[in-house]
Amino acid sequence: MDVKVKILRYNPEVVDEAEWKTYAVTLQPTDRVLDALHKIKWEQDGTLTFRRSCAHGVCGSDAMRINGRNRLACKTLIKDLNPEKEITVEPIKGLPVLKDLVVDMEPFFDAYRSVMPFLVTSGHEPTRERIQSQADRDRFDDTTKCILCAACTTSCPVFWSDGQYFGPQAIVGAHRFIFDSRDEGTEQRLEILNDKEGVWRCRTTFNCTDACPRGIEVTKAIQEVKRALIFRRV
Amino acid sequence: MSDIAAPRSSSRARNLKGGGRNRSGQTNFELYSWLFMRLSGLALVVLVLGHLFTNLMLGDGINGLDFAFVAGKWASPLWQVWDLLMLWLAMLHGTNGMRTIINDYAEKDQTRFWLKALLLTASIVIVVLGTLVIFTFDPCLDPHSTLSVCQ
Repeated sequence: MDVKVKILRYNPEVVDEAEWKTYAVTLQPTDRVLDALHKIKWEQDGTLTFRRSCAHGVCGSDAMRINGRNRLACKTLIKDLNPEKEITVEPIKGLPVLKDLVVDMEPFFDAYRSVMPFLVTSGHEPTRERIQSQADRDRFDDTTKCILCAACTTSCPVFWSDGQYFGPQAIVGAHRFIFDSRDEGTEQRLEILNDKEGVWRCRTTFNCTDACPRGIEVTKAIQEVKRALIFRRV
Repeated sequence: MSDIAAPRSSSRARNLKGGGRNRSGQTNFELYSWLFMRLSGLALVVLVLGHLFTNLMLGDGINGLDFAFVAGKWASPLWQVWDLLMLWLAMLHGTNGMRTIINDYAEKDQTRFWLKALLLTASIVIVVLGTLVIFTFDPCLDPHSTLSVCQ
């Protein structure tokens, strides 16, 4: 089938303004948006720039705004997008665009690093693995699925207007350790997220839950962190 | 072999450690303001619906609303406290909501500051004025008043 793909192109070395460009491509309904981008790049315009690594929804490189919604290009099928109409593809919002669909992820990773996304323990290292019950493991199972694609954070209206907000992903990253029975850094992480730019800025618009390509219940995770803070502090 | 710092520490984490935002300087303000919005919201549902019901449904309903009705209501300490609570909770709830909206949408620090200053001034004026009216309200201020309480 013939599909029109409208892409927001931006090359700061040529023009200051981003502009829409439409490409006509022939695709199978079961092709993905990533295949469309590949076809355009390989057959029509080699200057089109975007990130992708594994191309199978695991590496989290190709999050972009497809038809106004944050999706992974490698997981979005053409037939699910109403291909009769133009399919629009833009870079994710709220992060500085470097070129075409590539954004500067540094502010996003910076927020992630600040919640200490690693196991914090005290005392001697045990000689064998740290045992955990299945129930304890299930407590944070949902948030272990995060692939750091930034689809959630860049779908958040609070993040769009205030880049200082930690964003849904950093809270998901913190949640994964806060509710891990083996971890001892909970207090510190809660303290960090109790910040003016922390969990209390969340407006529960559920954009993040809708955007997550891994199906993580992001808003729920944020609410659980809020609840943990309230029951520990009040 | 040279040392490689890994993982790179976040600039936010550095801010938290040094400078003004150390742990003792952190407050629970945002936590309490979030909690206050939920609790005051719940209280306001009861207060406002109760207010509307007594004013519009009981007795003569909306036709019974006049100066005398208000005067009669404020003669009772129950309605004084009720209206006072409603005024304070509604104003604080609204002010806090506006503060949040300003934080969300005003991008420049200057704009934020002035909008919040304006908001705070307006809120204080209204709360003080309203409180004053509830407690100093005198139905017989007019010497020719025909109200029964003034006879």
